[in-house]
Amino acid sequence: MWDYTDKVRDHFFNPRNVGEVENPDGIGEVGSLACGDALKLTFRLDKQGRIEDAKFKTFGCASAIATSSVLTEIIKGMTLDQALKVTNKDIAEYLGGLPEQKMHCSVMGKEALEAAVENYKTGGPAKHQLEGNVVCTCFGVTDAEIERVTRENGLTTVEQVTNYCKAGGGCGGCHGEIEKIIEKVQGEKEKHSTAQKPSTPAKLTNIRKIQLIQQTINEQIRPALRADGGNIELIDVDGNKVTVAFRGMCAKCQLAEFTMRDVVEARLREFVSPDLTVEEQKEPEP
Amino acid sequence: MDTIYFDNNATTKVAEEVLEEIKPLFCDLYGNPSSMHSFGGQIGKRIDTARCRVASLLNCDPSEIIFTSCGTESDNAAIKGAIAAAPNKRKVITTRVEHPAVLAVVRDLENLGYTVVEIGVDKLGRIDLTELERQIDGNTALVTIMYANNETGTIFPVEEIARMVTDKGAVFHTDAVQAVGKIPLDLAKSHIDLLSLSGHKLHAPKGIGALYVRKGTRLSPFMLGGHQEAGRRAGTENVPGIVALGKACELAMRNIEIENTKVKALRDRLETEIMKTCSDCRLNGDPESRLPNTTNISFEYIEGEAILLMLDRYGICASSGSACTSGSLEPSHVLRAMGVPFTAAHGSIRFSLSRYNTADQVDFTIEKMPQIVNLLRKLSPFVPD
Repeated sequence: MWDYTDKVRDHFFNPRNVGEVENPDGIGEVGSLACGDALKLTFRLDKQGRIEDAKFKTFGCASAIATSSVLTEIIKGMTLDQALKVTNKDIAEYLGGLPEQKMHCSVMGKEALEAAVENYKTGGPAKHQLEGNVVCTCFGVTDAEIERVTRENGLTTVEQVTNYCKAGGGCGGCHGEIEKIIEKVQGEKEKHSTAQKPSTPAKLTNIRKIQLIQQTINEQIRPALRADGGNIELIDVDGNKVTVAFRGMCAKCQLAEFTMRDVVEARLREFVSPDLTVEEQKEPEP
Repeated sequence: MDTIYFDNNATTKVAEEVLEEIKPLFCDLYGNPSSMHSFGGQIGKRIDTARCRVASLLNCDPSEIIFTSCGTESDNAAIKGAIAAAPNKRKVITTRVEHPAVLAVVRDLENLGYTVVEIGVDKLGRIDLTELERQIDGNTALVTIMYANNETGTIFPVEEIARMVTDKGAVFHTDAVQAVGKIPLDLAKSHIDLLSLSGHKLHAPKGIGALYVRKGTRLSPFMLGGHQEAGRRAGTENVPGIVALGKACELAMRNIEIENTKVKALRDRLETEIMKTCSDCRLNGDPESRLPNTTNISFEYIEGEAILLMLDRYGICASSGSACTSGSLEPSHVLRAMGVPFTAAHGSIRFSLSRYNTADQVDFTIEKMPQIVNLLRKLSPFVPD
């Protein structure tokens, strides 16, 4: 059971400002049924440009409902500029904290608020717009979003990123890319200490090379293929020539050639050695 | 506030009779059954009795029962032990709806070079038997398919599957953790080679399980060490656990009819009334072939964890296949394998009853459920106007 604070429980059992503001000035929508939580935020401004009324409707767990409720309380009376300065951390702190795995609820609140303000200013779509390139295809999270939660919350691991914005919480195929984003953000912080590439040993022994190839397939490649119902098996390693076989959906896939080049070969070259070439064994071993 | 416990597929209350039976084993009869003195030696007799009781619930020979620490250990021991005993075969078949104690073990075998096939299920959670038959070949070491699903209660045609698998020369294991004690099993008539069960699902304490190993089934021991359990599972016996499991099996034998009459009637009433009073809900699982104590209902437009917390305020304990309850971000793999839409999977609630539940508890829940559902639907942006 989650360890929710009394404040979270209070806002869940007695949510404030439920519903939709009539004739709203701004509407913000984030999330979807598929994602497991969604929030629709509406607000109306007074003559001085302050948020006079704000209401929410939320599909989701207790913490999603509590963060939405508390968000409407926080922003009432604020100007839009003030409201935009509210961070997901502020929302979580107002509730006396959230379990780590639920921090994405506070991020959802922040995103709904931004979408609503954007909708007011430009008359654009109320739906939260994706900026940047999608990294996590399971939950539709972009590099820009990952970078932002990483920076704003000082995140250092993939697990934390998943807790804060869901990225990486599905098939796990994007963990490598998330790690790179974390490294990039950390790199910015430590500009003085020149980032050093991890030293690779001058020469891989055969045993070490095969182990690394198997490990890369297990951790970096298979999860991505599995998400599409496919699989991969390491057949043989001969010098720098790696032989693999596709299984499941991948074996029948028209795009297997691209998977081979862009996923299998690319990952193996990145994680093991740039000299590797990968070939597919068409017929499974008898 | 009284607790209304409808989460018996998660764990169960220890039966009073079971507790009475094991009380002397902590401070008075604490000897080690492997000792040469009679103080320890007398404990061995109690283990023998327990083994006989477990065997008679399953209708098998006592020598075919190995005590383990839990259902997960039984599954690990069965799967790893069976494939280690057949080193030339490199394929393992299972289903997409297994408990993690099987699925995680089998998927890990892929990293050792095994070919793993996961058979899919239809909308009601039924296994595709034609696909299963097609997949079993000479290279197949093991087929492992659960007896009944923990989330939906769907019972699989395990006896039929066992015959099919063993006829083709592979070993068949079934995780029967949810079935034992709820529906009658007869292993004397069965082709099942290996069967896992867990004590705390049938009113014994946590920390005790058993693995049935049909005579003649080749199995490499999983836990190495002393000579306990005839060398098939090393480690000093969990004497209170074993004795408790024996007693619980004896009680289960006596109560199996109640499970299929009284408990089933309570479950049916709970299910029918909730489906009637809450609009936009759907039943998950196979209504034709289901454990008598389990019902799994999806409530559209709302999320499971929120429902559970509302129920919790009334002391009602249930569980959900929603992503939020697990700490993972994806809803139940079982419901997704059945093609249940994400929306319904996130709003699924499982009630699992036991012989300790009463008609009053069911009535109270029937009264509260529509209130909770309506309250949460007022918050939801997805409810159509």
